[in-house]
Amino acid sequence: MSDISSAPAAPCGCACTFDESDQALVAKLHEVIADYRDKPGGLIPALQTAQSLFGYLPEPAIRLIADGFGKTVSEVAGVVTFYSFFTLHPRGKHLVRVCLGTACYVRGGKEVLDAFRKKLGIDVGETTPDRQFSLEVGRCFGACGMAPVVMVNDTVYQRVKPARVGELIGQIISVSAAGGEKEHA
Amino acid sequence: MKSPTLKKLRDVSELDAWRAKLQAAAGATGADAAPRQILICFGGSCLASGAKEVRDALAAVLKREGLAEQVALVGTGCMGPCVIGPVLMITEDRTFYQGVKPEDAEEIVTEHLKAGRRVERLLVSDPSGQTPAPCRESIEFFKRQTQIVLRNCGWVDPGRIEDTIARDGYAALAKILSGMKPDEVIAEMKASGLRGRGGAGFPTWLKWHLATQTPEGERYVLCNADEGDPGAFMDRSMLESDPFNAIEGMIIGGFAVGAQRGFIYIRAEYPLAIRRIQHAMELCHKYGILGENIMNSGFAFDIEIRLGAGAFVCGEETALIRSIEGERGQPRIRPPYPSQSGLWGKPTVINNAETFANIAAIINYGGEWFNRLGTEKSGGTKVFALAGKVRHTGLVEVPLGTTLREIVYDIGGGVPKDKKLKAIQTGGPAGGCIPAKWADLAVDFDTLTQAGSIMGSGGMIVLDEDDCMVDIAKFYLSFSQDESCGKCTPCREGTTRILEILEKITGGDGTVEDLDRLERLAKLVNRSSLCGLGRAAPNPVLSTLKHFRAEYLAHVVDKRCPSKRCKALLHYEIDAEKCIGCTVCARNCPAECIAGARKTAHVIDAAKCVKCGRCFEVCRFDAVIRT
Repeated sequence: MSDISSAPAAPCGCACTFDESDQALVAKLHEVIADYRDKPGGLIPALQTAQSLFGYLPEPAIRLIADGFGKTVSEVAGVVTFYSFFTLHPRGKHLVRVCLGTACYVRGGKEVLDAFRKKLGIDVGETTPDRQFSLEVGRCFGACGMAPVVMVNDTVYQRVKPARVGELIGQIISVSAAGGEKEHA
Repeated sequence: MKSPTLKKLRDVSELDAWRAKLQAAAGATGADAAPRQILICFGGSCLASGAKEVRDALAAVLKREGLAEQVALVGTGCMGPCVIGPVLMITEDRTFYQGVKPEDAEEIVTEHLKAGRRVERLLVSDPSGQTPAPCRESIEFFKRQTQIVLRNCGWVDPGRIEDTIARDGYAALAKILSGMKPDEVIAEMKASGLRGRGGAGFPTWLKWHLATQTPEGERYVLCNADEGDPGAFMDRSMLESDPFNAIEGMIIGGFAVGAQRGFIYIRAEYPLAIRRIQHAMELCHKYGILGENIMNSGFAFDIEIRLGAGAFVCGEETALIRSIEGERGQPRIRPPYPSQSGLWGKPTVINNAETFANIAAIINYGGEWFNRLGTEKSGGTKVFALAGKVRHTGLVEVPLGTTLREIVYDIGGGVPKDKKLKAIQTGGPAGGCIPAKWADLAVDFDTLTQAGSIMGSGGMIVLDEDDCMVDIAKFYLSFSQDESCGKCTPCREGTTRILEILEKITGGDGTVEDLDRLERLAKLVNRSSLCGLGRAAPNPVLSTLKHFRAEYLAHVVDKRCPSKRCKALLHYEIDAEKCIGCTVCARNCPAECIAGARKTAHVIDAAKCVKCGRCFEVCRFDAVIRT
C-alpha cells in the first residue's frame, strides 16, 4: 500500500475525504442533494442516485448527504446499513449474483454458490483483491424455469453446474476482454 | 398504425373512438389491415434462452422475402411457460412454437407464413403423449388457466399504449369517469369479493371504504410491488409485460377513495419493470390519462415511483410507508391502520400490484362476474409462480378453488424424472409445506391457512422425494432471520434461535428434546412478534413439524437424513461385491480415506471421511453406497 505519510491529512486523521479525481462526481452529488433535500422522503432516492454515481457509498458522500439533509451521519448511516441494496465498499468489475431463490435452491443453487466461493476465493459480500469479481446472493431473477441461475452484471447464465463454474469464470473474463457481455444462451 | 392524436385525449369519447379504430384495423383485410403478427416472448427466461437472436433471425428472413412490411415482429412480456422457451406465437391462427432457435426462422417464414403449413416439430406436445397441440388454446398449460391479471401478458408490446387500448385498456377508467360515483366503484369491489393479493387476503373494498370514512383532505394510494419472496416473480412479470393495467387499477383506486397522488414502491432489483412502468406513465401523461384533469373529467391523479432498496420487511405495509418517508423500513404497531393514518400521517390505501391488476376487469365485467370465478369466500383468480420440481415451471393464473393437484399435474405437467411428489410449498418464507396427500385441497385463502400454510403472494414450489423438509425449513428460516429488521425481540432473537436449533439438527447433533423446544419457540415467535414477518416466520417450521415429524425424528434419533440432503448425516461405504477395484474413487478422494489395491474391493475409513460425496459421483459401478 501507499506510504501513509504521503496521504492527504484529514482533520480526523482518517481517509474520509474524496480523491482529486472524484471532484466531477462530487459536483454532481451536490446537485443530487439539492434536487432531493426538500422532497418529502427524498433521502433514499438521493442515496440511490449517489450510489449509482460512485458505484458504492463512500463515507465522505454519506457525510455530505447527511449535511445536506440536516441529519446526523449516524441517522443516514442507519438508513444505509438497513437496506441491502446499499454498499459501503466498491464492487468488482463483474458482479456475480448466485440465485438462492427457492426454485434455484432446490435445484442445487447452494452447490453453485459454494463452487464460486471456492473458485474465486472470496465469500459472499466480498470482492477479489484484483477488483475483478464480487460475489453476492440473489433472491430470484424470475428465471426459475432455468434453475439454477447466476446473474453476472446483466447477463443471466442458466442451468449452471457446480463442476463447470471454473469454466464459466474463464468465459466471463474472455467475453469481457473481447469487448462486452451479452445475453448468454 | 398511427395514433389518431398526439395530443391529449379531450374526453372519454375520443378514447373510445381510438379504441374502435384500433380494433377495426386488427380485424380488417386489405389496405386498412394491421400487419400479421408474430409475438415473441421477451420475458426474462426466454431472453436468457436467446429470444432476441430468434427475433433478429426472423427479421432477416422476412426482409429477404420482402415480407418485412406485412409481418410485424412484436416482443411481448412473459407468456408463461418459461421452461420451453424461447416461445413465440403467430396470432392469426394462434400457432404456438416452443424451443425456437435462430436457425428455425427460415422454416417458420417459408413453411408457415408463406405456404400455410405449421412446423410440426416446434409445436408443444401434450404431457401425456405425442399429439402436438396446434394452437395456444389446445395446450394443457394454457387450457386450464383463466387469465384476468395476465390477460394482456404475452399479447401486447408493453411499450405501446395502442396495443393495450385495443385490448380494452383504460375502458374501465372511461366507464367510471362517465358517471360512476366513488361509492359505486367500492360497491362493485364488494360484489367482486376481491381480497388482497399480497397474501393476507383483507377485503379490498373494506380497505377502500375505511379510507373514505376519514375527514376530507389529502389521501394516498400505494402500490406494493416490493416482491421479496425468494422464488416469486409474479409482480415482476406482470409489470414487465403489461404495466398499463396496474396503473389503471391505481387510478381507479384513487378515484374511489378520493386520492390524487399515488406511489408505486418497486424493488430496485427489477430494472426492466421500472423502465417499463416509467415509459407507460409517460405515455399516459402524454394522452391525458394520468395527471391533471384526466380526459377533462375534473379528476386528477398522478403517480410517483419509489424504489425499494432491498429489505424484505418493506413488504409489510407500515414498513413500506416508513421506507417511502425515507427512513429505515421498520414496521410499527397497528392500529392505527394506514387507511386511517398512513403515509405522512394521511389516510392511505395500500394494495399489492396484483390486486390493482384485477380492478379494471372488475369494473369492465362487473363484480358479480368476478365473484362467480372464485370460491364462496374469495372471488376471482390468483397468479402463481410455479417452480421447483415440476415440468412446466412458469406463471400460471387459475380461479381460486382450483386444487393443488390440477395446478401441479394438469398445468405443471407433474414431477420430472418419475420422482414422487412430496410437498407443495406456498407463501414463501411466511408460508408452509403442504404434504402430497393433501394435493386435492382447493386453493383459497382460508383452506391454505387451515392447512398450516398461507396463500401469500403466490410463490408455489413443488418439492419431491429428494428434498429434505428439515433443510427446507432451515432455508426459509435463514431467510427470515437475515431479513428480520431487528425492531422487536421475539423476531430478532427468536428466528436466530430457531435457526440455530435447525442447524444443530441438520448437523447431526439434534435431540428429541430439541423438537419440543423448536415447537415451543416457534409458537412463541408466532404469538408475540410485532409484524407479519415475525408472526409468519415460524410457519415453515411449524408446518413441517406437523406434517413431516417422522423426518425430523429420523434426523435426531437415527441420525439419518432420509432425503440424503443433510451432509453431516450421510454415510458412505463401498459394496465389496460391486467394487472392481478400479481405484477411481481413491484417486478422487480429497481426504485420502479410501484404501485398497488395484482390482480388489476398496474400503472407506469412516473416521477420516469428510462426506464430500466425490466417490459416490465418480463411481461408474454403483459400488459406493450412500445412506
